[in-house]
Amino acid sequence: MSAAKKLNLTLKVWRQKNGNAKGNLETYPLNDISPDSSFLEMLDILNNELINKGESPVVFDHDCREGICGSCSLYINGEPHGPARLVTTCQLHMRSFKDGETIYIEPFRAKAFPVIKDLMVDRSAFDRIQHAGGYISVNTSGNTQDANAIPIEKENADEAFYSAACIGCGACVAACKNASASLFVAAKVSQYTLLPQGQVEAKDRVLNMVKQAEKEGFGPCSNTGACEVECPKGISIENIARMNREYLSATISK
Amino acid sequence: MSESTGLLKSHIVKKYWMAFTGLFLCLFLTGHLAGNLQLFITGYAGQLQFNQYAVFMTTNPAVKLLSYVTYISILFHAIDGIVISMANRKARPQGYAYSKPEKNSMWSSRNMGVLGTIILVYIVVHMQNFWYEYKFGTTPYMMNEDGTAPLLKDGTAIPNGEIVDGMIMQAGENLGPAMGDLYTIVMEGFANPILVVFYVLAMAAMGFHLIHGFQSAFQSIGLRNKKYSPVITKAGYAFAILVPLLFAIIPVYLFIMAA
Amino acid sequence: MSLDSKIPEGPLKDKWTNYKNNINLVNPANKRNIDVIVVGTGLAGGSAAATLAELGYNVKAFCYQDSPRRAHSIAAQGGINAAKNYQGDGDSTYRLFYDTIKGGDYRSREANVYRLAEVSTNIIDQCVAQGVPFARDYGGLLDNRSFGGVLVSRTFYAKGQTGQQLLLGAYSAMNRQIAKGKIQMYNRHEMVDVVIVDGKARGIIARNLVTGEIERHSAHAVVLGTGGYGNVFFLSTNAMGSNVTAAWKAHKKGAFFANPCYTQIHPTCIPVHGTQQSKLTLMSESLRNDGRIWVPKNLKDAEAVRNGSLKPTDIKEEDRDYYLERRYPSFGNLVPRDVASRAAKERCDAGYGVVANDTNEGVFLDFAAAIQRYGKEEALVKGISNPSKEEITSLGEKVIETKYGNLFDMYKQITNDNPYKTPMRIYPAVHYTMGGLWVDYNLMTNVEGMYAIGEANFSDHGANRLGASALMQGLADGYFVLPYTIGDYLANDIRTGKISTDLPEFEAAEKKAKDEINKLINNNGTKPVDYFHKKLGLIMWNKVGMARTTEGLNEAISEIAALREEFYKEVRVPGEADELNQELEKAGRVADFLELGELFARDALEREESCGGHFREEYKTEEGEALRRDDEFAYVSAWEYTGKPSEAILHKDKLEFENVELKTRSYK
Repeated sequence: MSAAKKLNLTLKVWRQKNGNAKGNLETYPLNDISPDSSFLEMLDILNNELINKGESPVVFDHDCREGICGSCSLYINGEPHGPARLVTTCQLHMRSFKDGETIYIEPFRAKAFPVIKDLMVDRSAFDRIQHAGGYISVNTSGNTQDANAIPIEKENADEAFYSAACIGCGACVAACKNASASLFVAAKVSQYTLLPQGQVEAKDRVLNMVKQAEKEGFGPCSNTGACEVECPKGISIENIARMNREYLSATISK
Repeated sequence: MSESTGLLKSHIVKKYWMAFTGLFLCLFLTGHLAGNLQLFITGYAGQLQFNQYAVFMTTNPAVKLLSYVTYISILFHAIDGIVISMANRKARPQGYAYSKPEKNSMWSSRNMGVLGTIILVYIVVHMQNFWYEYKFGTTPYMMNEDGTAPLLKDGTAIPNGEIVDGMIMQAGENLGPAMGDLYTIVMEGFANPILVVFYVLAMAAMGFHLIHGFQSAFQSIGLRNKKYSPVITKAGYAFAILVPLLFAIIPVYLFIMAA
Repeated sequence: MSLDSKIPEGPLKDKWTNYKNNINLVNPANKRNIDVIVVGTGLAGGSAAATLAELGYNVKAFCYQDSPRRAHSIAAQGGINAAKNYQGDGDSTYRLFYDTIKGGDYRSREANVYRLAEVSTNIIDQCVAQGVPFARDYGGLLDNRSFGGVLVSRTFYAKGQTGQQLLLGAYSAMNRQIAKGKIQMYNRHEMVDVVIVDGKARGIIARNLVTGEIERHSAHAVVLGTGGYGNVFFLSTNAMGSNVTAAWKAHKKGAFFANPCYTQIHPTCIPVHGTQQSKLTLMSESLRNDGRIWVPKNLKDAEAVRNGSLKPTDIKEEDRDYYLERRYPSFGNLVPRDVASRAAKERCDAGYGVVANDTNEGVFLDFAAAIQRYGKEEALVKGISNPSKEEITSLGEKVIETKYGNLFDMYKQITNDNPYKTPMRIYPAVHYTMGGLWVDYNLMTNVEGMYAIGEANFSDHGANRLGASALMQGLADGYFVLPYTIGDYLANDIRTGKISTDLPEFEAAEKKAKDEINKLINNNGTKPVDYFHKKLGLIMWNKVGMARTTEGLNEAISEIAALREEFYKEVRVPGEADELNQELEKAGRVADFLELGELFARDALEREESCGGHFREEYKTEEGEALRRDDEFAYVSAWEYTGKPSEAILHKDKLEFENVELKTRSYK
């Protein structure tokens, strides 16, 4: 809530009319931005300026602006979700930038994330990976056993939660030099692997989800660890090791 | 094994092979290094021991078998690596205009293909320098300490022995193959400063390759977790620094000794 | 038209069981011939879509987001209530029912609320079976925390991300059905109208947000799980895309809109920082388990805090006013949300606010005492004798971190203040709307075959929702209530056959939708949509916000009408209709907010009492508490659209209380 000095910036924004069009980086000067503004509020301001000038506003995905829905993306100054750690673009604040700075804003890039328009990409490949096995086959009848019937070791429950905290934003893919979705797949596989309820289908799940991820065109994992560093939810690459372990045992036995 | 998860069907399985062959090659490196360290032994004793070691390495059937596994591993590691690298590229047809990968990952992790290629070139040169020379070149032969008698492969000195086509002939009788003098090939080789520099650089590449590769192999086969990760990381760094360093010191040491 | 809430006969606790025993069922073979449209994929819509598909219906689900996993239920932080009584602290179905009725200030329907309490326990069982990683204690059993307005610990949670975990659970159940082809998922689609054929809801018109194409979709029933309309205030804790459009279009097609003025202003949000702000962020109510709310006792201290010359930590204990603890000793900091919000406003209006924004709006939420308390406990547990103050603080901070770490991080990210070291500054913000489409016991609106579930309907929370009850209601509706009630209706449709999208009603609805879009696109105005949305938000916040007066409401009504007129003259929507056009999406939503806003204010004006989130300055006790007028206003206001919000007709759905006694709500 400081009354700090306003920022004057130069934005280099990827503009692309649609998926088939050729895109390019456009330069926009933008002045008087409060350091307390969020990054997306800064883009709102740019868009209102563009509309006032009769130009088309920049399209980008966003929704909750609380860092939890996973809608926002953006590759900012060479990193997914920008320079700050453990935050999504919507929680990135302009105080992370300096007056006079040039900011590059590009869409997440991957074969499996085709650009729809400007900075908006199609991440439905993630949904299709989940369709391949991101669930426990239990009907929602409510006639399951009592929630406390199977105690779950706190450590495993906590680990499962940390894996389940994935917001499906795709920063892992954007950061990975191979556009691999390993962290995303591994997070889901891990969540269920760590819980007794998920054991029953564990083998088919890991085989099918991994297969779907490849089919979508995500690359192999090179274990560079970039995904873990850029993940706004701090999901650990230990999940990938766990997935690899599960996959190995499933491959041997199935 | 289901159809969908055949031996090379998925990226993960390809990575398993990278890991298994890579870890095997780490073992190989350790063995190779142990052999090489004998070059630090000076004088005739060192020369003899090293050449006897060379005989052992080229004649022992178990070693032979291992050497084939090593060749296959290197080949497979390289081919698998190329296949994976191609898949890596395919996954992002359009790159970023402005990217800062150094903010989230190590240079070596992102350049395993480049490092691997350097190492592969190095292996070819290295094989030509020594293995090829030893096997097919005009090899010098090992003599006894006062230089009067050639040695059989088992180390027996044959006074008045004459070497014909690698065989020791004594009074017209073929007593068997002569012990080659790899030691001298090595010494002569590392008198060349260009070769020494090349070897040192190649070992630097090896070090960077291992800094990523060692830990990565454990990650690929799923052995990393909260408990083991710190140990694997430390062991990986130790291995990646120590092994190539010791390898690299040898040519430098020999060069200095020769000069 | 009279409203029939279709509450089953019999004693309260047997109603739902008897109802289920006597409804019509659809046989599995016939279910395959029946289509159901579900709009919205949050907790309510997502769970309904999954369950209906499991039962065998053909489900078409729609969401405006790029994936059902992003619906705004995901942002719910604190937890979900269920009458499990795992803590053995006296909880029961009846007590959850009673707390909810009382918390809602006696403006909700007894039978619906009792059913909600009844199925609440199934939700927890279900979610655990689905792999939702709820917090557990060291024995491996589920943990609970407390929420406002109740005296038991019945809230299940997954850190500060309970909504996320529950939504991902529902999403996973959907995925299973999508994989089987039982749900056809339409992402990035927005419903722009509902189609009524022969008085029954038979489909929707949707806009494909990527291509701009207007599509017709038919079904035997339409379920709206489209959430609340808090974004009528522009600044709220809702997602940027949360909107009233689906519900409003349904309203314009005949569905009554109930209690639009019941809005929850959540007490613990991060205060507004400036005019460039687009969105407010909630700090979970769970923080009030450990945080103490206060303002300085002296005006000059408040002034000094605002101008930065005095640090809050330097204000002496005796110079602090823990006003909730002072006014409500029995519930203290855990009073219900409406009470906490009003108390904050009262202090700030009196000049004690601690945030230097335009209106000095902000109070402290202080964890120092909890840090000390937990620190001492930890020191004992760890066997540290004579711990230093620093040791205690550091141990205590660790405990706080494990409980609320993600919230503290989020606070720090937004405000650049460290809440471990200095108290948080918070202020109420629009969070949830209890009002919504009027539904009967079956969750059906007064339009046959059109259902509203979750926040989109009005039924369970009365005039104020208790914390951790929204998640409970959304999932109860979707998993356990609607799948029964809709079957009873669809049993009559087994011979209907596929509904054709060539019917004239579809054609007319499509044409109307296209005309509305073209009107916006071709409007050669000069001002962006946000300009109007912000203006509407200011009117709503200032005149239809936490405290409402006859005068202010009358002003709001005419100002909103005028703003609406200006909107249609002056709005500029760039781009084309047949492409991805985010400004066009916003324009359509704001157009609907501009109509809803007026009805909202009218409803607030008509309700001449104070109850729950609705506070009329004219109706308060001497102590400043809400003054309910049960004799005249114990009813649901259900508004019928007749062409203009100003001409909407009020229908009164009387609330009968047979099981609880109407009392003045007291948390003292």
